[in-house]
Amino acid sequence: MIRDITLGQYYPGGSAVHRLDARTKIIATLVYIAALFVVNNFWGFLIAAASLFTVIAISRVPLKFIFRGLTAVFLIIAFTFIINLFMVDGRVLWEWKFLSITYEGLQRACFMAVRLVLLIIGSSMMTLTTKPIELTDGLEKLLNPLSKIGVPSHEIALMMTIALRFIPTLMEETDKIIKAQQARGADFESGNLLSRAKALIPILIPLFISSFRIAQDLALAMEARCYHGGEGRTRMNQIRFHRGDAAAAVLLIAFLGVIIASRWI
Amino acid sequence: MTIEVKDLKYIYSPDMPGETTALDGVSFDVTEPSIIGIIGHTGSGKSTLLQHLNGLIKPTSGEIYIDGECITDEKKNLTDVRRKIGLVFQYPEHQLFEETVAKDVAFGPKNLGLEEEDIDRRVRRALYMVGLDYDEVADVSSFELSGGMKRRAAIAGVIAMEPAILMLDEPMAGLDPQAHRDMLALIKKVQRDMKLIILIVSHNMADVAELSDRVLVMSKGRIIMDDGPHEIFKRYDELSAMGLSVPPAAEIAQKISKKVKGFESNPLSIRELADDIEEFRRTKR
Repeated sequence: MIRDITLGQYYPGGSAVHRLDARTKIIATLVYIAALFVVNNFWGFLIAAASLFTVIAISRVPLKFIFRGLTAVFLIIAFTFIINLFMVDGRVLWEWKFLSITYEGLQRACFMAVRLVLLIIGSSMMTLTTKPIELTDGLEKLLNPLSKIGVPSHEIALMMTIALRFIPTLMEETDKIIKAQQARGADFESGNLLSRAKALIPILIPLFISSFRIAQDLALAMEARCYHGGEGRTRMNQIRFHRGDAAAAVLLIAFLGVIIASRWI
Repeated sequence: MTIEVKDLKYIYSPDMPGETTALDGVSFDVTEPSIIGIIGHTGSGKSTLLQHLNGLIKPTSGEIYIDGECITDEKKNLTDVRRKIGLVFQYPEHQLFEETVAKDVAFGPKNLGLEEEDIDRRVRRALYMVGLDYDEVADVSSFELSGGMKRRAAIAGVIAMEPAILMLDEPMAGLDPQAHRDMLALIKKVQRDMKLIILIVSHNMADVAELSDRVLVMSKGRIIMDDGPHEIFKRYDELSAMGLSVPPAAEIAQKISKKVKGFESNPLSIRELADDIEEFRRTKR
């Protein structure tokens, strides 16, 4: 049940995409997201989608796995589609009382939905092919120049690492607590909204307490190993750019050029 | 009350990268109130098996019958199943949440939709069964209790549902020696007084040897031994090949019999070993 959420999960593999430096993938993802908002016509979306599916094919992450993650955000996509569908003025296609669908509205709604789908798949490709630790290491390196102006880049990266690291732990804990309370006859599925919300108390309180316990244990363990912040800290795995990253950079620039050009097709 | 498990199979996250077969054709039955110890390596499927018996996990294939009733049936009302079968998870004290001990113990009976009076009676009885004084703990927050007492309060919460089958997952884990001894005595007492079938999962062979009337040994999702504790712990070599140990008394007996000719003993506790040595010395003389 809880295990089915694939958003932000890592899919182990050794493909060219997996081997890229995390920094390359973070930048590429940001560029890709920006490009999606540059696109303004059908051909642009076609190019963006084709590029994304090429990357997916190279990464060898099964499509089934990617789309399973998409079902979790289906509601948001549907909501955006409907809002756009009815809210844009223009040539009327269909009318009923106060509702009307216009040609422009339909086009905008489709574009928005496709944009969202590509955006979600694109960013989940980053997490699917990068180990969380590499991801935060990469982020720390990217943010490093900002530490000169007082941005605590190491602390931000550490917080992210810890948060990512404890998602599965807390999920397991939640699963266990739910089961334990179910074994005592707790019912989370029936009743009205209020009684369902109340039914969550036996889960939330133990979960809250165990989060504190886990946090305390972690803090102690870190202090016992002399953790004292980012200053002067060395790392076991140095991250470096390779030839693949250079190739990726060239492809990325080419992609961006084509996308910008597609605006005038 | 009887349990009948037929060819139970369970696969974790099928078609995903982490696919694992947790249970691979488990069959056994229990017909009499008794204590049954389940031992096995981490990941051998012990806890998964317990969760199946309570209907928390649906098997990939196979059936479970409780009192002749199939609980793995799609349409089966699981509340009824859980009323009859209590499951105490590992570290049950982590699931305490109410303001007072009495309220927490009452959570299960309340979910069964019982009358106020009946709930109060059950809470008192359950606390008595686990050796907690009602007047002393009823209105105390469970977070103020000691570790051992918390554990007992949590077990009381399951006993208050008055199940006919009680399953305990590592009930002794992390307790200090005194609380450990108390817990062993408690489990025996609960079984005797309430005439239950008790299933216990444990890593501690001495505990299993002391408590169990029968022992199931699990490995890689299968039951590979199913016998009385004396017979099981005789198979010292097979168990250690699986990375399992035997009770300390059995291990010492094993070592003595290798050094001393003619000595044979198959004890579960130090007391039994001492008796056997005494006996051996008498016959020698």
